[in-house]
Amino acid sequence: MSPVAEVRTLRVDGIDLSARADQTILDAAREHEVSIPTLCHLDGLSDVGACRLCLVEVKGVGKLLPACVTRVEEGMDVTTESDRLRKYRRMILELLFAERNHICSVCVANGHCDLQSLAQNQGLTHIEFPYRYPKLPVDASHERFVVDHNRCILCTRCVRVCDEIEGAHTWDVMGRGIESMVITDMRQPWGESDTCTSCGKCIQVCPTGALFEKGRYGAQMAKKRDFLPYLAIMREARK
Amino acid sequence: MTLDQLHHITAKESAARQNLRYQLDVCVAAGCLSSHSDRVKKSLEEVLAGREVKESYRVRGVGCMGLCSLGPLVSVEPGGALYQSVSPADTAEIVEHLDYEPLKRLQCPRDLPFFERQVNVVLENSGRIDPERIEDYVAAEGYEALIKALTEMTPAEVIEQITRSGLRGRGGAGYPTGLKWGTVAKAGSGSKYVVCNADEGDPGAFMDRSVLESDPQRVLEGMIIAGYAVGASRGYIYVRAEYPLAVTRLNAAIRQAKHLGLLGTEICNTTFDFDIDLRLGAGALVCGQATALIASIEGQRGAPRPRPPYPAQVGLFECPTLINNVETFANVPPIIRKGGDWYAGMGTKKSKGTKVFALTGKINRTGLIEVPMGMTLREIIFDIGGGVPEGRKFKAVQTGGPSGGCLPEQFLDMAVDYDSLAQAGSIMGSGGMIVMDDGSCMVDVAKFFMEFCMTESCGKCIPCRAGTAQMYNLLAKISEGAATQGDLAMLEDLCDMVKHTSLCGLGQTAPNPVLSTLRHFRDEYVAHIVEKRCPAGVCPCPAKEGGR
Repeated sequence: MSPVAEVRTLRVDGIDLSARADQTILDAAREHEVSIPTLCHLDGLSDVGACRLCLVEVKGVGKLLPACVTRVEEGMDVTTESDRLRKYRRMILELLFAERNHICSVCVANGHCDLQSLAQNQGLTHIEFPYRYPKLPVDASHERFVVDHNRCILCTRCVRVCDEIEGAHTWDVMGRGIESMVITDMRQPWGESDTCTSCGKCIQVCPTGALFEKGRYGAQMAKKRDFLPYLAIMREARK
Repeated sequence: MTLDQLHHITAKESAARQNLRYQLDVCVAAGCLSSHSDRVKKSLEEVLAGREVKESYRVRGVGCMGLCSLGPLVSVEPGGALYQSVSPADTAEIVEHLDYEPLKRLQCPRDLPFFERQVNVVLENSGRIDPERIEDYVAAEGYEALIKALTEMTPAEVIEQITRSGLRGRGGAGYPTGLKWGTVAKAGSGSKYVVCNADEGDPGAFMDRSVLESDPQRVLEGMIIAGYAVGASRGYIYVRAEYPLAVTRLNAAIRQAKHLGLLGTEICNTTFDFDIDLRLGAGALVCGQATALIASIEGQRGAPRPRPPYPAQVGLFECPTLINNVETFANVPPIIRKGGDWYAGMGTKKSKGTKVFALTGKINRTGLIEVPMGMTLREIIFDIGGGVPEGRKFKAVQTGGPSGGCLPEQFLDMAVDYDSLAQAGSIMGSGGMIVMDDGSCMVDVAKFFMEFCMTESCGKCIPCRAGTAQMYNLLAKISEGAATQGDLAMLEDLCDMVKHTSLCGLGQTAPNPVLSTLRHFRDEYVAHIVEKRCPAGVCPCPAKEGGR
C-alpha cells in the first residue's frame, strides 16, 4: 500500500464518500457501512463476479454493475438498493434454492449458512420457482471432510482458496451449465486425491453446508474465516 | 517478398491459365463435399485423363459457390457454364459437351437473382480460387494489401482507413473495428496479440466456416495487417475442432504463407515480424465470448470474466489483445487495397459495407450469400432465396442465432442493418438466417433456442446457469399445454432478470428468442395456455389443431 494514495470521491446511496482509486465499489461501500449483499465474494480471495447479488445501479451507465469487481471512479453516483435490485436479488436467491436440494432444518450448516442468512435479510419467505430436485452424490471418502453436492451453489470459493491460498488446486469445476459440479483433482474421490493437503480451508470458506467436517451434526458446522484476510495482508506486506 | 515478386507469381499463374483449353472448377467446401463433390472431382479427373492433350484440361477444387442446396456445383471456364447437382455418373457427359453447347440437363442459370443481386467483397474469391494454393490467392490480388500497408502506410494510416471504412465487428455486436484497433494500438508498447474468433457456434450459421474453407489466406492477410496496425507480433486463430476441413486448410495456408515470406520474421523485407498459430476449441458456444476465448487459449476452463478490464487493455496472457471475427478480418484486405471510402460507399448510414448471411430453413435456395447492408429482408428471402417452398406461407425469419429473435411478416420490408434489427427486437448477430413457414410453432422455436442456451451456459453465473434451466422447463410446460397464465408471467420475469443480471453476452441475450416471439406471436403462447392447443400442430398439446 503506497503512502501516497490516489483518492476518488463518489456518492453511494446519497452518502458522499471517498475511496482509494484501486478500491471497488464494494470496498468503499462497506468501509462506510453501506451493506451490499454478496455470496461468491470473500475478503482475501480473488473476485469472479459470478453470483450477481452485488449488482448495483450507477447513474449514466445503462447496465447493472457488479460492485465486487467494479473500481470506483470520480463522481460516480451509485445506488445499492432499489425495487428492481431487490427483485433481482430475491430471484437469484430463489433460483439457487430451487436449483439443488437445500433443506435447512436437516443441514449441518443451519444457522451458519451464508445462503440462509442472505435469504433472511432479503425477506425471502417462499420459493416461487419449481424445485428441480436433482439427484446428486455425497462424497465422504476423505477421512475428515465431506462434500455434499446437494448443497453446493458453485460459488467457487473452495476452488479459489485451494488455488490461491493453499496453492494445491485440488478443487475445480467440471461440466457445463446446470450440470456443473465442483470436483477434486480429475474427479477422483476426495479421499484418493493426491494433491489435497487436508488443510480444511475449503471447509471454512464454503458458504453453505456443502463442505463440512465429519463428526459435526445438524447446525454444528460454524465457519472460521478470520485467517483469510490475515493471510492476504501478510502476503501483501511480504511482497 | 516484394510487390514485383508478387506480380511475378501472378504473371506465371495467368500464363499457365492461357495454356489451358478448359478449366473445370468443382466446389470442395463443406456443403458440396457432404453431397460427395470429392467423388465428382475424382471422376472428372479420370475422364479427362483419358483424353488426348490432357495437359490442356485442368480440374480444380475451389471454395464455396454459395448455392449449397443445388450442390455439388461444377463451373467451366471459359464459357462460364455452371452445373448443379452433379454426380460422378454425369462427368463423362459434361466433358463431352465441353466443345459444344453446355449440357442443358444439369445447367444452372447464371442470371438467377441469387447470383445477380449479391455484392461480393468477403466472398470475392470464394468459388473462384483453389483454397489450398497460395498462388491462386496471389493471382487474385492477394497480399497486395499487406505489401501496401507495410511499405507505404504507417500503422496509424492503416487504422485511419479501417475507421473511415465504417467497418463494424461482424461477430454480432457490431463494435466499430477502427475504434477497437485504435484502442489496442494505444495500449502500451509491450507484447500484444491478435486473435481471430472462429468459434462459430450458432445453429444455422456457417459463414465463417465457409470463408475459412474457401479463402483462408484472406483471413491470414487481414490478421497480419491488423498485427502491423496495433503493434502485435503474434496471432492466434481460435477455430472449432468441429471444422476439420477449415483447420486443415488454415494449417496449409499458414505453411505456404511462411514459405513465401508473408508470415514469420521480416515480412516482405521489412522489420515487421508476425506469426500465427491455431488453437482448437472443444465446441463450447461460450468460448465465442472474448474473455472465455482468452481463458480457453490460455489453457483454462472456457468461462468469461467480468469486463472491464477489456481485452484491448488486459487480454491474452494479460497483454493488450485485439479480438475480431473471421469475417471482420476478411474485410480488411479489400479495404486497404481500395481505400476506406470505397467500402463506406456501400451500405446504410450507420452500417457500412456488405454482410455475409447463411440462408437456411424453409427457403428454396439454401446457401451462402453476401449483400450490401440495407437490403430488405424481402429481397434477401424472396428474390435471392427464392421464397418459401411447397406453396407454404412465410411466417418468420430468425436472425442472430440463440442471441437473436424472430421477425414476422410486417418486418419484411425493413432494411437489414445493425440498428434496424436491434430496434425490431432481434440482432444482426453473426449472420445466420433461419426462415420459418406456417408449419413452425413459435413456442417450439423459443424452446429449441432456450434448450441450446441452457446446455451451452458455462455455469459460472447463477442467472444464466439456473435461469435458463427454469425458463426451458417453463417453455416445455407451455408447449405441452400444461402451463398457466402465472407461468407465462414467471417466464417474462425470468427473461427480464436473466437479460439484465447475467455476466456475459450468452446469458444477457439468451432470453431474446423468447422475448421476440412473445412480442410478435403472443397469441400463440396464449393458445397453448388457454386453449391447450398448438396452432401449428407441432407441440404435444392435448388439443391438436383440427382434432378438438
